[in-house]
Amino acid sequence: MEQRILTITAQRRLTKDVWEMRLAGDAAGCDVPGRFVNIRLDGFYLRRPISVCDWRDGELTLVYKVVGGGTAAMAALPAGARLDVLTGLGNGYDTAPSGDRPLLIGGGVGVPPLYGLCKRLIAEGKTPRVILGFNTADEIFYEEEFRALGVEVTVTTVDGSYGVKGFVTDAPEIADGTYFYTCGPEPMLKAVYRATACSGQFSFEERMGCGFGACMGCSCKTVTGYKRICKDGPVLTKEEIVW
Amino acid sequence: MVNTRVTLSGLTLDNPVIPASGTFGYGYEFAELYDINVLGSFSFKGTTAQARFGNPTPRIAECTAGMINSVGLQNPGVDKVIVEELPKLRQVFHKPVIANVGGFSFDEYAEVCRKLDGEEQVGLFEVNVSCPNVHGGGMGFGTDPAVAAEVTRRVKAVTTKPVYIKLSPNVTDIAAIAKACEDAGADGISLINTLLGMRVDLRRKRPVIANTMGGFSGPAVFPVALRMVWQVYEAVSIPIIGMGGVTSADDVLEMMLAGATAVEVGAANLVDPTAAKKIVEGLPAAMERYGIDDLTTIIGGAHHG
Repeated sequence: MEQRILTITAQRRLTKDVWEMRLAGDAAGCDVPGRFVNIRLDGFYLRRPISVCDWRDGELTLVYKVVGGGTAAMAALPAGARLDVLTGLGNGYDTAPSGDRPLLIGGGVGVPPLYGLCKRLIAEGKTPRVILGFNTADEIFYEEEFRALGVEVTVTTVDGSYGVKGFVTDAPEIADGTYFYTCGPEPMLKAVYRATACSGQFSFEERMGCGFGACMGCSCKTVTGYKRICKDGPVLTKEEIVW
Repeated sequence: MVNTRVTLSGLTLDNPVIPASGTFGYGYEFAELYDINVLGSFSFKGTTAQARFGNPTPRIAECTAGMINSVGLQNPGVDKVIVEELPKLRQVFHKPVIANVGGFSFDEYAEVCRKLDGEEQVGLFEVNVSCPNVHGGGMGFGTDPAVAAEVTRRVKAVTTKPVYIKLSPNVTDIAAIAKACEDAGADGISLINTLLGMRVDLRRKRPVIANTMGGFSGPAVFPVALRMVWQVYEAVSIPIIGMGGVTSADDVLEMMLAGATAVEVGAANLVDPTAAKKIVEGLPAAMERYGIDDLTTIIGGAHHG
């Protein structure tokens, strides 16, 4: 964990509720895919934890959904605004056990951390396949960004308005995976847990107090003991999860 | 050169700033960011006899100028604290630490304190009879003067270290409870724990917190905490550790003028992990600003004249 002041360089609206924010500055510790940052906002007591979508030297990309007052205030911030950010939080995904063709399964606002992971896996010489799940066609974001990385992408929509009709677990690739990485709402994670025969890693979300392991606000029970989603997670392996 | 030293029952602190139990873990998350030896001391995570997972999640709710927590005394249990946490704590903090102790029975409070009494780094006990987040214990011990007094006697019987009783604000007459603890032999009083509160999620139309209610803390509670420190100072002659919404060096001075000898910083650590350090660093300038040379001379100062 580091505490940094980062400057917004651009904000872009991707869908009705989803925004992409680019930040300049030293986002220390964000070079592990699946980690998150915790952002202080004027007028809100607790910070807002947001997963890291992508990073480069001196630049950080966050993609977030407006779900309440805090994230709405984030979306209203102009370029040039300076933010107090705790960077490099959480364990992140472990790419070591991925195998050559890991499956990346993202649902809704769970998609962003898989983008940085996808780039990392490609850099390691692997060929990830991607399943992106949304409710409707107008909620889809980052499909082109993933395709631009040269990977196979399957999009599912619950209402069938685009791609495969149904949930991420209705994508044909789900059956023949050898290893997977997933992030999304908990019902989706449970469905992935049940639909997959292979092992994989899940990224979880929980209401957090501090985001760095001090308050025990986001604890969960796992096979290997009590874990703090913010510090020992947000990524847990399939074998650790108690479902 | 101002003097920031204060003394709690024979334990001299370089300054009165103490991160509060439950907001500072065992110190090492914060030691990643700064040398925590700049602090006067810190009160480690509330410890019980057995390991506890605590309450279901969600355990956290945001409020205007504060937050609600419903952690429920999650901790690894006293034996593991001694074997695993304290050795790690010693690596990052080299001063006497405050052992915060929770319990569900008189015997449990006594057992945990007896075990921790042998730990050299424990300088002082802070006995939590005020946790709002556990049923059948915690706050139940802190709402009845006779029961709080009995906890005090049982703990005093097993340790020679100073014993401070941490009181709940969720009572009608906190001064009476403080006095009962003093009469039972308490070396000091620590206050306030969190205020019982709740939020409702408008989308789900259900309480935000899984356990419905939790403990409210943060800057919004500072005036309530300050008022209670004032009332307890009028009722007892033992030292007071004041806490509740402390966010700045100015807040520390207010707490001390109301009667606190030392001051704990709680929720502020969670939103700004360097908050306690900033308060320590801000103290000398704040003292100069208000013409204070020696912090000890202002304790309870607002009561006189």
